[in-house]
Amino acid sequence: MRRLPTGGTWIDRSRPVRFTFDGTTHEGFPGDTLASALWGSGVVGGFRSPILGRPRGVMTDGPEEPNAFVAVFEPWVDLIAPATTVPLVDGLVAASRPGVADLADAPAERPVARHVHRHVETLVVGGGHAGVTAATEAATRGDRVLLVDEHHVPVEDTPSRQDVTVLVDATALGVYDDGYVVVHERPAGRIWHVRAARVILATGALERPVALAGNDLPGVVLSSAAAHAVERYGVLPGERAVVFATNDWGIAAAGVLGEAGVEITTVDARQGDLVVTARGGDRVRDVEVVRSDGRRDVLEADLLAVSGGWNPNLTLWRALGGGLRYDDERACFVPDGDGPAWLSTVGAAAGAVPPSASVWSVEEGDDAEKYVDLQRDQTVADVRGALDRGLRSVEHVKRATYIGTAIDQGRTGGVVVAEIVNALLGDAPGAQGPTNARPPAVPVTYAALAGPFRGDLLDPVRTTPIHDWHLERGAAFEDVGQWKRPWFFPRDGEPMEEAVARECLAVRNSGGAMDASTLGKIEVVGPDAGAFLDRMYTNRMSNLAIGAIRYGLMLGLDGMVLDDGVAMRLAEARYLVTTTTSGAAMVLDRFEEWLQTEWPELRVSCTSVTEQWAVVAVNGPRAREVVVAAGTDVDLTPEAFPFMTFRDGIVAGVPARLARVSFSGELAYELHVAGWHGLHVWEALMAAGAPLGLEPYGTGAMHVLRAEKGYVIVGQDTDGTVTPHDLGMDWIVNPGKGDFVGRRSLTRADTIRPDRKQLVALLPDDPEALLPEGAQLVIEDTGAIPMPMAGHVTSSYRSPALGRTFALAMLESGHGMHGRTVFAPLPEGTIAATVAGPVLYDPEGARRDG
Amino acid sequence: MLLIPCPWCGPRDEIEFRYGGQAHVDYPADPDTLTDEEWADYLFMRDNPKGEFAERWFHTAGCRRWFNAVRSTVTYGFRATYPPFTEPPS
Repeated sequence: MRRLPTGGTWIDRSRPVRFTFDGTTHEGFPGDTLASALWGSGVVGGFRSPILGRPRGVMTDGPEEPNAFVAVFEPWVDLIAPATTVPLVDGLVAASRPGVADLADAPAERPVARHVHRHVETLVVGGGHAGVTAATEAATRGDRVLLVDEHHVPVEDTPSRQDVTVLVDATALGVYDDGYVVVHERPAGRIWHVRAARVILATGALERPVALAGNDLPGVVLSSAAAHAVERYGVLPGERAVVFATNDWGIAAAGVLGEAGVEITTVDARQGDLVVTARGGDRVRDVEVVRSDGRRDVLEADLLAVSGGWNPNLTLWRALGGGLRYDDERACFVPDGDGPAWLSTVGAAAGAVPPSASVWSVEEGDDAEKYVDLQRDQTVADVRGALDRGLRSVEHVKRATYIGTAIDQGRTGGVVVAEIVNALLGDAPGAQGPTNARPPAVPVTYAALAGPFRGDLLDPVRTTPIHDWHLERGAAFEDVGQWKRPWFFPRDGEPMEEAVARECLAVRNSGGAMDASTLGKIEVVGPDAGAFLDRMYTNRMSNLAIGAIRYGLMLGLDGMVLDDGVAMRLAEARYLVTTTTSGAAMVLDRFEEWLQTEWPELRVSCTSVTEQWAVVAVNGPRAREVVVAAGTDVDLTPEAFPFMTFRDGIVAGVPARLARVSFSGELAYELHVAGWHGLHVWEALMAAGAPLGLEPYGTGAMHVLRAEKGYVIVGQDTDGTVTPHDLGMDWIVNPGKGDFVGRRSLTRADTIRPDRKQLVALLPDDPEALLPEGAQLVIEDTGAIPMPMAGHVTSSYRSPALGRTFALAMLESGHGMHGRTVFAPLPEGTIAATVAGPVLYDPEGARRDG
Repeated sequence: MLLIPCPWCGPRDEIEFRYGGQAHVDYPADPDTLTDEEWADYLFMRDNPKGEFAERWFHTAGCRRWFNAVRSTVTYGFRATYPPFTEPPS
């Protein structure tokens, strides 16, 4: 193998470049692939197979390459790529890899791939003659055209017009419904999201090998790779070659090689001549030929160029469900059926390939040396073994042998395997086709697919108007949906447990303030707003007085708890309902679904106002003093301003809505102010409350405080299989008020079973023992596995107020189990706990008025 | 990714929509009169045809309006979209 003095339409001989492969420096030209440059430098093998470690060399000239894998380190990083797709550039540093990447090569930082979106009338995949013709026709018609070609050299003869974009070194990874195509443009590291009215697959045909003994030796190549070496890269791929072909294109390659000065012997399978064995060590040395008349020759050769026929390249077509038909004359699968109206194939992809003899493998020789999947080191013997074990489908053979599952996806050998299976089973050629193809058509890195949407851009981050204060105070944050919520506010490097305990005690003993701005808030407006809410919540909202607040549970049609919150009646025809932080979008969607699809006669409109309001919850026995100290014109005495009502007024000099709701059991005021006043009011409360012992608290303390009161968190204590009755919340279900969503399901046989899991509190016998959330509960700790499971822990905390640990749990027949002992068998020992009613702190509710 | 013809906004990417299951499954006028079996039938049982299927879509990240569609479960192609409370176009 050597570079010819002239020739090579793809290379630019005026600018030699240097590259390093496996530590040795070589020369090549721009326009080379790494593979052609290695050939041009006399490197024949240089690669190893992944499983058996056999010597291997470049076999193809494209992404179908099964042997020649490299890691690229300079000037870009690619952990694994076929050398046949790596464009040669000056300073390229690469190393061979046995078909498997070494993750130790992974750089800490990956360049960010851009994602771009493009709409065109016509997308052409493939820049060969058929593709360029199709693109030209479309452009002439006035279409916006995108032409993508996987090769790294410019596509010739494309119309240069403003509306025609040509991407080279770009692969269509997948064609999806309605003309949506994802393209990976490699050098720029760009992912293109293309929506095309028409997609034309001009993806050409892939040459296939023949399974014959020794066919994996370096120097055994596809005829197209040998011809391209001469034509594209000006490289002589061997001095003495045998060309073994079943078709005219393969025979034509012999002509190209002969003209370039290779000594050629042609073996034409159509005349009954066969190559039966290739022999050699680190490269092919001689080739044994059996002629149709039985004559047997052993020919010295350093190159065996094989053409076993041509498969239309239909990876993209098949991934979309496009049909295939076996063409006897061409011995290949061609597109069959119409497919979607917007998708078509042209040229070789459409079946314009030469007739071919049906030669898939040669009978003579050891089946264990006839490779059908070089990257998986699988042979005809392995296929036979799978069939001997009773498998019949090529899909099963694939899964038993892993044939076709390597990086090259069996692109060269897939049809060969299918036909060997057909032959071994005594079936006609084409009885079974190649295995299914799925996107991506060629490997692509996750980094490319992720593009810029990682790190901070992975998902939107929502912060409250008070967020900067929390940051400054060194809050630890908890992700709740997309929201960043203060979890706890550590003092002097305090660990979480201590911070949460301190914040809990502040609320119980003096006061705490929590940023509750993330609560979902929806305004429900219109003459029928009350009637509508009656149908969405389990209790009645239509008779709520203006200025009053009512807690509500929302159920699914199946009767299971979906969300909870409070409704405030702002005016005759105006309610504000709150939702859980993470349930806000879901609740608004449900409201709109019912209004639009079931009850369009209801005159109601819904608006999300979550972001419009900042909310500060001031909780604790001194909450009233704190709000008074911050300055308010609202009479806060319990007589003038009772529990579950709200008042509009002024707090800290700005308009505020004060709501007497409590999620801690303490006296509490929830202050709703315009978002832009949130930070001001928060700071005013903090300043005014400091002398009163007010402290900020986060969701950590909030969780403990509410659990001490037995208040559930939907989505933590419930999991979509829990009814209001299971939670002991029958008091909020008003079946007499008329129908509401989920009502009928509450009397289904399954929802009234007495042995359903029901909400209880658990008090571990050891008051220091903390039950892990999610722990399974059993009634008897027999030690025999499996034990019948009776429930699970949903929330578990250390309670500073109770001076002990406690938990909430869903326990079978739990309502009737109070006082009984249950067990949580855990790897580190069993925890015994006594069942109790869920309200452990201030069960009389004596503290809510301060 | 499907290109969904929202009757109000025109063709938009599937990612903007939420699927709403079978269309024309009306909420029963009086659920109390239904047996458990009839209620379960309404709650859980849906058609699963091979071929045309009338289904609901919600343009969540667009106009936020629900509509019905007739779509093939074989080709995924939309034949028609139409407003709620109207019959599918023949």
